[in-house]
Amino acid sequence: MSVLRYRAISVSGGILLTIAVFALVGPWISPHDYVTTDFDRQLVAPTMAGAQIFGTDDLGRDLFVRAMLGIRVTLLVAIVASLVSLFIGVAYGAVAGFVGGRVDAVMMRFVDTLYALPFIFFVILLMVAFERNFLLIFIAIGAVNWLDMARIVRGQTLSLREREFIDAARLTGVSTRRIIWRHIAPNLIGVVVVYVTLTIPQAILVESFLSFLGLGVQEPQTSLGALVDAGVNQMEGASWTLLIPAGLLALILMCFNFVGDGLRDFFDARHVS
Amino acid sequence: MLRYTLLRVLGAIPTLLLVIVLAFLMVHAAPGGPFDDERALPADVEANIARAYHLDEPLPKQLMRYLAGLVRGDLGPSYRYRDYTVSELIGAAFPLSLQLGAMAMLLAVVVGVSAGTVAALKQDTYLDRLVMALSLTGISIPVFVFAPVLVLLLAVKLQWLPAGWSSTTGASRLLLPVVTLALPQIAYIARLTRASMIDVLSRDFIRTARAQGLGTATVVRLHALKPAMLPVLSYMGPAIAAILTGSVVVEEIFGIPGLGQFFVRGALNRDYTLVLGIVVFYATLIVSLNLIVDVLYGAIDPRVRYR
Repeated sequence: MSVLRYRAISVSGGILLTIAVFALVGPWISPHDYVTTDFDRQLVAPTMAGAQIFGTDDLGRDLFVRAMLGIRVTLLVAIVASLVSLFIGVAYGAVAGFVGGRVDAVMMRFVDTLYALPFIFFVILLMVAFERNFLLIFIAIGAVNWLDMARIVRGQTLSLREREFIDAARLTGVSTRRIIWRHIAPNLIGVVVVYVTLTIPQAILVESFLSFLGLGVQEPQTSLGALVDAGVNQMEGASWTLLIPAGLLALILMCFNFVGDGLRDFFDARHVS
Repeated sequence: MLRYTLLRVLGAIPTLLLVIVLAFLMVHAAPGGPFDDERALPADVEANIARAYHLDEPLPKQLMRYLAGLVRGDLGPSYRYRDYTVSELIGAAFPLSLQLGAMAMLLAVVVGVSAGTVAALKQDTYLDRLVMALSLTGISIPVFVFAPVLVLLLAVKLQWLPAGWSSTTGASRLLLPVVTLALPQIAYIARLTRASMIDVLSRDFIRTARAQGLGTATVVRLHALKPAMLPVLSYMGPAIAAILTGSVVVEEIFGIPGLGQFFVRGALNRDYTLVLGIVVFYATLIVSLNLIVDVLYGAIDPRVRYR
């Protein structure tokens, strides 16, 4: 791994960590909270007075606290959604790769089919049908993002199943299901961790997309996507209400992409250019 | 080639059917009816509405009725826009979205392929690094962040371009929406093109072409471009899906009365039939476009026909 790349990963990782710490601690040390409206201080530009470093929104709520809360929600949704997609992807990919043959062909053909579909529209359909349930957002996003994971895991499993320790397990009479979970899955951890760092920004993207359209997180709760949406309506007079959440969202996404790309190159020799 | 095409067409039909049935069941599994209002209706009125929309029939029968309607191009009545059918609404809104999407796609392919090719030819120079850094940025930043920031900068602050759809009628109102819609795809296509162009340029037949004394431009145009385009061609399916998704955001931000805006409005109003109809329409569109891409792929690269 080149020095440059290593630096890119550590810098991006550092930025992410800093943002996460601020999101956790920020609302706690700020004198403001995320719901209290103050109609004497609507759309105040970022100022040091009263520690409102991000200014206020159209209802006079403190934007710093709301942005930090939004980051919390965004990160939480992304991590939980990634875990859901990890679970589905690993299970699906490991089964396809381990069983192999016709089952594998059918299962992977199904994945190919799903790849080209406008998944986001199905998520929106789910949102419409089942109210805007927070838990459902997690599951829906996770259910969208498992395809890449399934492909990667299948490829790894295909090569793993030819190894001696799998033959040994089979000889001693271990069931297929147990072989997959106890012998194949633990050996997939390296690749899986790398691809989770690439799944997280995708999940963030879907969540903020839904919240931006007003279909995701509901008021007074917020997320970065919802804040960008609110900022669009205020941008002519109060550009900070758009630029701050938009900048934070872009920064977080870029950092995750840098870390994920870098780690993938590190673990997967074929991708090194 | 005919056999290959037929196989592809036959393969697409079950996919489409699966998608339609899935979408239909999702909507009908929803708790509560589409006409549940704050104020309760008399029981007989409710029964009449249910009968008029065939909601009193068993689910399989409703599904069959819906599928039969689809074959005739009938997507049923809209639940919220009372006097319109879903097909009428789609027919009115889609041409605008199509225009927007097709222009964005064209822009993405032309700019993306050019940038990727230049980067590949100048591999490891500063120009190459610049293109790659820009494209990683383009991939990372979502359309709904790009679009409002560009509007703020170019329309509100500098006033070079109109901000909203309805504020002018000239072609300039298309510029920002098309560019923001195309940006992430330009980034992705540039990366794809660069990678495959570098791969192709190292092959023997390129060396042979160069040995015959052909200049770089001729080698790229006549020999390298076609094989290097194959990964880009297979990315067209996902790209179309991404542009459709992006158009929902772009239409919302710029206030363009296209299909994406109807979709969001329908979703917020819980207009079940409209949302279902648009999903079915989009899915059909994407599956057919993928089919065309597949067949084109077979026409350009004979090897895939015999796989």
